[in-house]
Amino acid sequence: MTISRNARLLLASLLGVGLAFIYVPLSVVIINSFNASKTFSWPPSQFTTMWWSKAIENTGVREALKWSVLAGLSATAIALVLGTCLAFAVSRYQFFGREVISLLVVLPISLPGVVTGIALNNAFTKQLGMSTGLLTVVIGHATFCIVIVYNNAIARLRRMGTSLQEASMDLGANGMTTFRLITLPNLASALFAGGLLAFGLSFDEIVVTTFTAGPGIQTLPIWIYNNLFRPNQAPIVNVVAATLVVLSIVPIYLSQRLSQDTTTGGRF
Amino acid sequence: MLNSLSNYFHKKQRLRLIALLTTPVLWLVVAYLGALAMLLVTAFFTINSFTGNVIQQFNLGNFQDMLTDVAYKNVFLRTLGIAISVTLICSVLAIPMAFYMAKITGPRSQKILVALVLTPLWASYLVKIYAWRTMLEPGNGVLDWLLGPIGIHSPGFGGPAIVIGLSYLWLPYMILPIYAGLERLPNNLLDASGDLGAHNFYTFRKIILPLIFPSLVAGSMFTFSLSLGDYITAQIIGGKLQMLGNVVYQNFSINLPFAATIAMIPVSIMALYLYLVRRTGALASM
Repeated sequence: MTISRNARLLLASLLGVGLAFIYVPLSVVIINSFNASKTFSWPPSQFTTMWWSKAIENTGVREALKWSVLAGLSATAIALVLGTCLAFAVSRYQFFGREVISLLVVLPISLPGVVTGIALNNAFTKQLGMSTGLLTVVIGHATFCIVIVYNNAIARLRRMGTSLQEASMDLGANGMTTFRLITLPNLASALFAGGLLAFGLSFDEIVVTTFTAGPGIQTLPIWIYNNLFRPNQAPIVNVVAATLVVLSIVPIYLSQRLSQDTTTGGRF
Repeated sequence: MLNSLSNYFHKKQRLRLIALLTTPVLWLVVAYLGALAMLLVTAFFTINSFTGNVIQQFNLGNFQDMLTDVAYKNVFLRTLGIAISVTLICSVLAIPMAFYMAKITGPRSQKILVALVLTPLWASYLVKIYAWRTMLEPGNGVLDWLLGPIGIHSPGFGGPAIVIGLSYLWLPYMILPIYAGLERLPNNLLDASGDLGAHNFYTFRKIILPLIFPSLVAGSMFTFSLSLGDYITAQIIGGKLQMLGNVVYQNFSINLPFAATIAMIPVSIMALYLYLVRRTGALASM
């Protein structure tokens, strides 16, 4: 198929429109964080960096950031262990119910967050008599993070094959040595990408968190949500939002550098 | 000691498999499926209208209420309409973008474009919807300022705003599978079609579209299912409009059994959708 100049131009402009659709709102968030006006006004008449220094000093934001990082790291650690175990089992063994596992593992991110959220809240507080807190948030987040690690690990394990492991065993290394010197180093970048994605997912999660956090814990998304409609907090919310937009470049940069088989982020 | 343990495990295939599977499967079955099953059971309970306590007595009252009350039927149809519109808008926007990325541009700019499409996936969900609040603000929003001079005005907060916001959120989820599908599509198929005299649009309709259909379905899994259960977008830019998720959210604290009943709607639609998708074989291409 030869694509005519006109068709090329049309497609390029459609791409441009699509990218503008994606990036105009994000740019507005960043510009707005320097907007001197205390209430929303567009276009900004004056610019200031005052809100940035106020946001850095804001104790609510700091506290929320602490909870988000804590919950994200714990959930990622659990997901890394459980997801890798599952990936090994499914890619290296034949057993009854293998297909069911791949379905079971995607279920938590396929079903609406509000369903997962009220199901977990009901189970934790009504059936098990637990009080909501960091533990329940971590359990909730880990549940939907497992699939991310699993997808990344299983893609790498399938590509790796077993010949390297067999060679290592033939040369006299036992199972543990082979795992330590052959399997793990080959798997490491996929696990890193998976862990990064899992952390990102947990860091951004709001719905399941709403139902599992209880009043004592405010993660960053919950803090944003709670302050979204408070007019005097708007400048601080703008700064937090702009920071999150700018930070989203970091994981993309890292994952593009690190792995080839996860350019789509392992979500597909 | 550690070595002998390692040797022991290597010899016992079954034992190793069991060691690998036990914890994750228990986690998913107990923490997740268990919770879902209990929610399903709760949907058949009812509450004491004075104390608000859940009465554990099996009945179909909630389902009856849900099916007979016209308000819920409207919310259901609206949610379904929104999810379908979002899926269609995302497909229409994504196909030309993915096509340009996969088939027209060079490898260097290809990599940059993929990164440009991926980056917003990492920007916070709430931030993106908040951004659209400032975009759509009627009167002094960015959209009115930007497009007002050419006669396009913000639709304000409501149904169209929800569709725009959700399409914005899930667009990358549609672009990426289509892009991956187009990358796998051999160029010589397109050349052959062109050599045989087909016009570009004819080639698109008869060759490209059928071959990337599984990718479209894979993308729609995200755009459709994520829209179906959303309630936060409706809260922030939906004005007074409610989606199924909002009904679940509101009933959660006052009438959990009814919230559970409503929650079964998106769950069963997704189950049906997954079943249909499985039959097209699109799951394998995800």
